[in-house]
Amino acid sequence: MLQVDNLHVIFGHGLDLNHAVKNVSFTVGQGESFGLVGESGSGKSTVLNCIAGLINTWQGEIEIDGERLSHRRPKSFYRKVQMVFQDPYGSLHPRHTVDRTLKESVNIHHLGDANLRVVKVLGEVGLGPQFRFRYPHQLSGGQRQRVAIARALILEPEILLLDEPTSALDVSIQAEILNLLQDISKKRNLTSILVSHDLAVVSHMCDNILVMSQGATVEALSCDQLRSGDIKQRYTRQLLVASKGYDRAAIDQFQDY
Amino acid sequence: MSSTRRWQHWLLSDSPASPFQAAAGRTYLGLAEFLKNRLAVFGLLIIAALILIAFFAPYIAPCDPLVTNLVNRLQPLSAAHYFGTDEVGRDIFSRIVWGSRLTLYVIGLVAIIAAPVGIIIGTVSGYFGGLIDTILMRITDIFLAFPKLILALAFVAALGPGIENAVIAIAITSWPPYARIARGETITIRNGDFIKAIRLQGAGPIRIITGHIMPLCISSLIVRITLDMAGIILTAAGLGFLGLGAQPPSPEWGAMTSTGRAYIIDHWWLITMPGTAIFVVSLAFNLLGDGLREVLDPKSDN
Amino acid sequence: MNDSGHLLDVKDLTVSFPSPRGEVCAVKNVSFSLGHEKIGIVGESGSGKSVTGRAILRLLPPYAHIHATAITFQEKDLLSFSEQEMRRIRGRQISMVMQDPKYSLNPVRTVGEQIREAYTIHRKVPRRQARQQTLEMLTAVRIRNPEQVYRLYPHEVSGGMGQRIMIAMMLIPEPSLLIADEPTSALDVTVQLQVLAILDDLVTQRGMGLIFISHDLELVASFCDRIIIMYGGRIMEVVDAANLHQSTHPYTRGLLNCLPRIDGDKGKLSTLQRDASWLDADFSATAGGK
Repeated sequence: MLQVDNLHVIFGHGLDLNHAVKNVSFTVGQGESFGLVGESGSGKSTVLNCIAGLINTWQGEIEIDGERLSHRRPKSFYRKVQMVFQDPYGSLHPRHTVDRTLKESVNIHHLGDANLRVVKVLGEVGLGPQFRFRYPHQLSGGQRQRVAIARALILEPEILLLDEPTSALDVSIQAEILNLLQDISKKRNLTSILVSHDLAVVSHMCDNILVMSQGATVEALSCDQLRSGDIKQRYTRQLLVASKGYDRAAIDQFQDY
Repeated sequence: MSSTRRWQHWLLSDSPASPFQAAAGRTYLGLAEFLKNRLAVFGLLIIAALILIAFFAPYIAPCDPLVTNLVNRLQPLSAAHYFGTDEVGRDIFSRIVWGSRLTLYVIGLVAIIAAPVGIIIGTVSGYFGGLIDTILMRITDIFLAFPKLILALAFVAALGPGIENAVIAIAITSWPPYARIARGETITIRNGDFIKAIRLQGAGPIRIITGHIMPLCISSLIVRITLDMAGIILTAAGLGFLGLGAQPPSPEWGAMTSTGRAYIIDHWWLITMPGTAIFVVSLAFNLLGDGLREVLDPKSDN
Repeated sequence: MNDSGHLLDVKDLTVSFPSPRGEVCAVKNVSFSLGHEKIGIVGESGSGKSVTGRAILRLLPPYAHIHATAITFQEKDLLSFSEQEMRRIRGRQISMVMQDPKYSLNPVRTVGEQIREAYTIHRKVPRRQARQQTLEMLTAVRIRNPEQVYRLYPHEVSGGMGQRIMIAMMLIPEPSLLIADEPTSALDVTVQLQVLAILDDLVTQRGMGLIFISHDLELVASFCDRIIIMYGGRIMEVVDAANLHQSTHPYTRGLLNCLPRIDGDKGKLSTLQRDASWLDADFSATAGGK
């Protein structure tokens, strides 16, 4: 479904040169849920932004359904690939109601039946009609993220890119959003890429995982390998230990990567 | 009482049933916030009064502002002439009342010309960045490099004196700060997730700039323009004072102070009355602008 | 708990903020006491955990209404203190570390100068000695090249380093109590744990009290001695960290159960069912001692 080959991203030049992504390759199958894990600066979100077309300075190959993507994306691309952002407070226009935010997508692509589609997609993400004309400031973080998911779904994409969709939310809300994403993926047979720093979230959501550090691939794991601890790289193992909570003795063994 | 309650309930509803109700509720909260600022309300009242006076000038002014009466020249304040008469016997009160039309005309036209130019140049420049930004901002810099009044003077000198040309000159010199503000706002907004999100919906730059960026720039521009109104009035008055704005005998406040200057020692009211009018209206715009800033400026938004 | 008694006693703390729709109560009837130990305050956003921390130091905006029967710190009644007296308490005896160090440091002065100043404000010592103290403190928070870091500006340091510097700055006046409000939430997991380890060692070595405010229940459970769990401005329960997983309070259970686990099945996560009656239960009576 989606294939990334030898992806490089370089920002800036001269002294400010930042090789943000170094030679990253992976394949995501139809209906698969793929996870990109890493700490800050690992380049995981940059990879996602390249696929979405938000970054133009990449080299390498990105293919969807066997079709190579160029730096400029046609309008039809956005009906196939959609994205949910990390910060639910920043990803909705503060002066637009939920209704306007959702309708805008329908209007851009001249899909028609805007009202019907809005009500339907709101229902799908678990928001009743009473939310339709609210402004973002009248919504909680979890509700905002539901609206963001609705906005991604209203164009009926095949691929959903999720950039830390729950890291800004409380754990109880995180559970609700993760459940929602799982349900929708199953129902719509979506292919998804989830970027997260949280191993537990990724292992809960994904089938295959790519661990990244400082722009480079550390290792590719299946979810089962992660669970059974079948890990080859020290870096991944350290990440796993760290995600299990505070352990004074283990911390002294940590290395900087 | 209960019907007021019901309205308030409808306006503050957490689940509006229509876009209109949502917008109305938002406006209501903004208005409530604004009304808390006494000084701003005071400013607004003065400006409302100015507009009413301008509108009903023929009914308010006791005399024709242009008719001279040399017998009655330089009369002090009296019941017949509230603000006295000037050097050719015109009623100063009537002239100030009619002059309010000119003042409104000037600031209205300047705002209508300068604000759109500023916001379009600023948002386009900020959104696209790169070469477009460089070119547009250097042009803006050129305009900013001259003192406003001097540049206006130069334009008026080239275009010829007159109130229309004064308006054009002031508008030409007022847009650069608006472009700067709009550009600054755009640059912070541009990198927001919600702009990325709309780009990912497939929206083009025109839709993004007009539908998503401009509405967020407008509030800070309104604040700035309101605060600038005082300056525009003063510039217009300054041009009038120098004889390059409204031409005699039109009752422009700046021109009136200019002629009053010659009589300042013995006949103080000639210059004091239009001067006070300029002062009061400028102050009112400043107070209003400060109040609006508290309501509209996103930076003070919690 | 340490026999030297209570460091801090908070009784019936209530904080409310005015809003267009009437007074909003952010914290209600919160009581707890703290010895020379690590206590965690855990809750979701809006639970009042941060407000509680700030209310102790009176770091809330002036329109906030703070009421309490007593806030006693080392037998001193903080409620009776004037703003000026509070200023002497802040930093010198109670310090606070916030979430984002970059906003708390002055961007145009080197980190070394700022830490040194934090030291000399409370103590009249020669410059050279203050500098020496600063370098020692930087070493204590495990910065390997203190001489070099001393000369850096805040924008030149990474997030983890910035938070260590912040901690150094807060600890150099040797406070008896440190309030850390989500001090590591913005950091990567491994860095987060390293910073916590530093705090842990300092508490152990100096006998300091620590109030650790966080949203991460599992992390707090593995790090603190006792946990105060807050919801809707109220204390739900106070548990020993070791007994957290035996807790029967529905809110605590809900929080624990909704976390995804690496070794869990991929089934639906259980979600938290909120219960309005939690807000009625008066827990303050039992929260104080143990």
